[in-house]
Amino acid sequence: MVRNAMPGPELSSTVRLMLNGAPQELTVDNRTTLLDLLRDRLDHTGTKKGCDHGQCGACTVLVDGRRANSCLLLAVAVDGREVTTVEGLEDDEPHPMQAAFLAHDAFQCGYCTPGQICSAIGMLDELAEGWPSAVTTGPVHPDDAEIRERMSGNLCRCAAYPNIVAAIREVAGA
Amino acid sequence: MTRTWQAAPSVGHPLTRVEGLDKVTGRARYAADIPLPGLVYGWVVPATIPRGRVLGLDVAATLAMPGVLAVLHQHNAPRLTDAGDATLLLFQDDRVAHRGDPVALVIADTPERAREAAERTAVDYLPEPHDAAFRADHPRLYEPDHVNPRLPTVTDKGDVEAALAGAAVVVDHEYRTPPQHNNPMEPHSGTAVWADGRLTVYDSTQHAYGMARTLTKLFGFDPGVVRVVSEHVGGGFGAKGLTRPDAVLAVMAATLVGRPVRVTMTRPQLFPLTGYRTPTAQRIRLGADRDGRLVAVEHRASSQTSRLLEFTEQSASYSRVMYAADNLRTSHRVVALDVPTPRWMRAPGEAPGSFALESAMDELAEACGVDPVELRLRNDATTEPATGEPFSSRRLAECLREGARRFGWADRDPRPAARRDGRWWRGTGMAGAHYPARAGPTVAHATAFPDGGYVVRVGAADIGTGARTVLTQLAADALEVPVGVVRLEIGDSDFGRAQVAGGSMGTASWSWPVVTACRDLAHRLASGERLPPEGLTSTYDSTEALRALGAFARYAFGAHFAEVAVDAATGEVRVPRLTGVYAVGRVVNPLTARSQLIGGMTMGLSCALLEESIMDARFGDFVNHNLADYHVATNADVGELDVAFVDDPDDELNPSGVKGLGEIGIVGVPAAIANAVWHATGVRQRELPIGPARTITSGQ
Amino acid sequence: MREFAYARARDVDAAVSLVADNPGARYLGGGTNLVDLMKLGIERPELLVDVTGLPLDEVTEDGDLLRIGALVRNSDLAAHPLVRDRYPVLSQAVLNGASGQLRNVATTGGNLVQRTRCGYFTDPTKPCNKRMPGSGCPAIEGEHHNLAILGASDHCVATHPSDLAVALAALDARIDVQDLAGPHELPLEDLYRPVGDRPDLELTIRDGALITGVALPPLPPDARTTYRKVRERASYAFAIAAVAAVLVVRDGLVSDVRIALGAVASHPWRARIAERELRGGPATAAAFEAAAIAELDAARPLRDNAYKVPLVRDLVVAVLTELAR
Repeated sequence: MVRNAMPGPELSSTVRLMLNGAPQELTVDNRTTLLDLLRDRLDHTGTKKGCDHGQCGACTVLVDGRRANSCLLLAVAVDGREVTTVEGLEDDEPHPMQAAFLAHDAFQCGYCTPGQICSAIGMLDELAEGWPSAVTTGPVHPDDAEIRERMSGNLCRCAAYPNIVAAIREVAGA
Repeated sequence: MTRTWQAAPSVGHPLTRVEGLDKVTGRARYAADIPLPGLVYGWVVPATIPRGRVLGLDVAATLAMPGVLAVLHQHNAPRLTDAGDATLLLFQDDRVAHRGDPVALVIADTPERAREAAERTAVDYLPEPHDAAFRADHPRLYEPDHVNPRLPTVTDKGDVEAALAGAAVVVDHEYRTPPQHNNPMEPHSGTAVWADGRLTVYDSTQHAYGMARTLTKLFGFDPGVVRVVSEHVGGGFGAKGLTRPDAVLAVMAATLVGRPVRVTMTRPQLFPLTGYRTPTAQRIRLGADRDGRLVAVEHRASSQTSRLLEFTEQSASYSRVMYAADNLRTSHRVVALDVPTPRWMRAPGEAPGSFALESAMDELAEACGVDPVELRLRNDATTEPATGEPFSSRRLAECLREGARRFGWADRDPRPAARRDGRWWRGTGMAGAHYPARAGPTVAHATAFPDGGYVVRVGAADIGTGARTVLTQLAADALEVPVGVVRLEIGDSDFGRAQVAGGSMGTASWSWPVVTACRDLAHRLASGERLPPEGLTSTYDSTEALRALGAFARYAFGAHFAEVAVDAATGEVRVPRLTGVYAVGRVVNPLTARSQLIGGMTMGLSCALLEESIMDARFGDFVNHNLADYHVATNADVGELDVAFVDDPDDELNPSGVKGLGEIGIVGVPAAIANAVWHATGVRQRELPIGPARTITSGQ
Repeated sequence: MREFAYARARDVDAAVSLVADNPGARYLGGGTNLVDLMKLGIERPELLVDVTGLPLDEVTEDGDLLRIGALVRNSDLAAHPLVRDRYPVLSQAVLNGASGQLRNVATTGGNLVQRTRCGYFTDPTKPCNKRMPGSGCPAIEGEHHNLAILGASDHCVATHPSDLAVALAALDARIDVQDLAGPHELPLEDLYRPVGDRPDLELTIRDGALITGVALPPLPPDARTTYRKVRERASYAFAIAAVAAVLVVRDGLVSDVRIALGAVASHPWRARIAERELRGGPATAAAFEAAAIAELDAARPLRDNAYKVPLVRDLVVAVLTELAR
């Protein structure tokens, strides 16, 4: 028989978060990452696990509006936060970034795509805030060099990079 | 019923991916995304020695850990039958064949608990002396009976030695490529579920049908018991072409615990367990007259394999096809080491082989004072150089000329180390390319329904190639209906025999029966055949038609042009521009075709500059087994990519006239970049990857 | 990952009292390195004390000092107007590290105490003197193409992976720390111990001490600064060499210079020898090269990282020449 799936009280915690606008409350093993919470406990499998160590970006979600690698966030540490995943971007129709990725063929296998799209949305907000990047030399503009640098935390082994840049540029210019 | 006939064909149009909306919204379920009631998790316990025996395993201690349901190991695992791949004979004895070889699988109720228990499982080993160091002069190198994929080990035409002795110009160098890992973004994952006497395996495979066959043979299941489903696959590049341990372990575990079991590998586990491109050492000898016309080509390739399985990368086979020479010898040697088993990685053979030959051709161009494009045109072949067979089509020259035009090659100054632009040395280089155009037997079923819809079923896999989309387009055209009424169902072994999504054979193989079955169905409907409520189905199996193919050498051809910038102080290499021009038969969908080719070109760039799996031979381990230390190109590495096609009609291929384009994009790109680095700096780079560690020490 | 208890700290004192004297406890900041190491089995804490709720997340002026709270996220630090205006080298260094996602989460304090990415340290199935004292250092004879050329020992050749810390070293940053004895401060350079024969002992502060902030003294108004990082991938990769430099040239002479090197040693390497050679002398490429060579005289490269010696030399020359222009 399977023993109780939750460890002792000091080793588990109750987590409350807003997931794509809906409140969630559940008890988790303290070891559970936000990524595994989404995928294994809440059946939000749009967010992908590519490396589990912050080395690929496939698990990127928005936490309180900022992009983050959900594989390195402990679920217990995001208690009380707002989490947006790829499933939460649609509002009757696809988010403009989702539509642009489709139109520009900005993916092939699609596995890194939810992370790319969440990252791109968070990245454009960072640009709008005027945050600099490693290639910024003056005022920030969403040009190709900026987009490439700022999206480099999302690996795409199919290498749809030029199309990803084109999709983001279109949304940034809209 | 109503049928909407459409005059305008879909083939040739840039249709966006038919499953694209599912992928951008996160609805597409990959193997590890399938929700199942009662699902539990298996976690591999990998060997921590490179060779030896497992003496003992503290199963009782592991079973006592929280949440642990079972431990699979050599004493309780189902007995397996060899299905021709010893890497799948898991837990059959006490042998450790390489570091990372699974010695147990821990099954627990949550992934956190499975992982912790697996990592705390105590294993006693008896290590044995091992040898994991590949060397070009390894004393145990031998000539295997054949090389991948059952090609001859040696070809020999004319008298290479005599021709070299009499040649006006000789180029003789060794070129080396490191081990490289496919590293698809989706780690291998298998989930096995028993229900009603059938075993369903949800797996990240490029070949559901092949996996079902392999599992049936391994476990001795009755025919029809196993069903493998791979609806969406997160990339493979060859690493998921054959059955891997994830599926075997999931089946063993589900059988043992009587519940659905998921085995998803960690990124580090992929490095020893899912294949990689072998390291190669290749010696090229070219003999030519003063105008650069080849009189002799010799290509000798050495590589490593594991103790479990003989896999010999066919690197020298590249030279059997590419340039004309009356005297041509190619040969392969391999050495079995205590290392993980090398397998297919995008363009096995052609990728490393082209680095050697296309680099040597650049050195010959330099030696003869002939432009590298002109040199290749002068040595274009009319029949396949090694066999004398006619080509079904060979438009290399067209690719070279069109590439030179698009890239702006004409006004290139051939002198090396002559262009300094601030921090940067600048240079350009090029290479030719080819890749076999093959097809394999496949069955497809096309069904018309009374509501005007059509379903086409074929055991294809869409690993990002756009297969689902282009097959939809080809089916719609064959049915003479709009694409919107045709639904392709793929990734299911129950659809019957199908070719693997690999070797650039997918579309050619699957479209054959898809198009034929659809044409037949359209004909039956047009001739007034009754459409019953459950639908009318035409089925076609391409096996016989493939046997009737004429004797031709069938290849796609291409040419790659690269511009590089090398930092004068730091040796950093950047590639601001790549052009690829291809003759790949009919282009079904220019949007997805371009994507696949820029993907191949980028992987070529990545192999040229970044990729190396670093073997520490003392441990028999790839020590950079993660995506922070094994670098694949990221967005900032990629500049302007230009892709173009030349017309390439070819009636000797398949009903769709397609050659496949999954691999040719990578072929020759590392050589084009290495040649451009020489042009920029004046220093030859005969070993990959070309990072600062090489550009600095080579004195640029 | 072993099971652990989790607590949120109410205030700094409570946090320190929970972690100090408890070898099984760790502070959890952004977690981008700690959670990574826990998954690898390198860190196996029994208790995580989450400090992200503590009020240490602001950048403030304090007289002529700029104070950076230990919990200021990398992104916020790099984008902060005062940092961009006064210490562009710091903003650039941070932006050259990791990825946008990681910088949104990783903290200033955590960055300073992150662990080496040496592949033997991060693999618990292999020996490593830093992880398992006395077990040996396989890197010296093994894979070390990106490991240390300066200040290493026969016991360890690991490098410190931070970009931020390299810039802080060049800026003469001071670190605020609190332990059971109360708050105190020290120069960043004194935070890291020399490797010696105990590479497992990395920091000079007590176990369980909490870094609470960083203080930056002002730069001369005519100082020019920059950060230049060399890596194999064009972005999202650790350095194979990095230079943070501060240069003041007056009348063609070097009036002040500070050079810190990254990816060459177990900690940010302040190039004091080169600085001494340059101070008061001409700001010429020849002088920069002579100074770099003098600094690198102490380099002890291994079989596969000797390329770093000319790389660092030429990088220092390129960076200083650019700043002097």
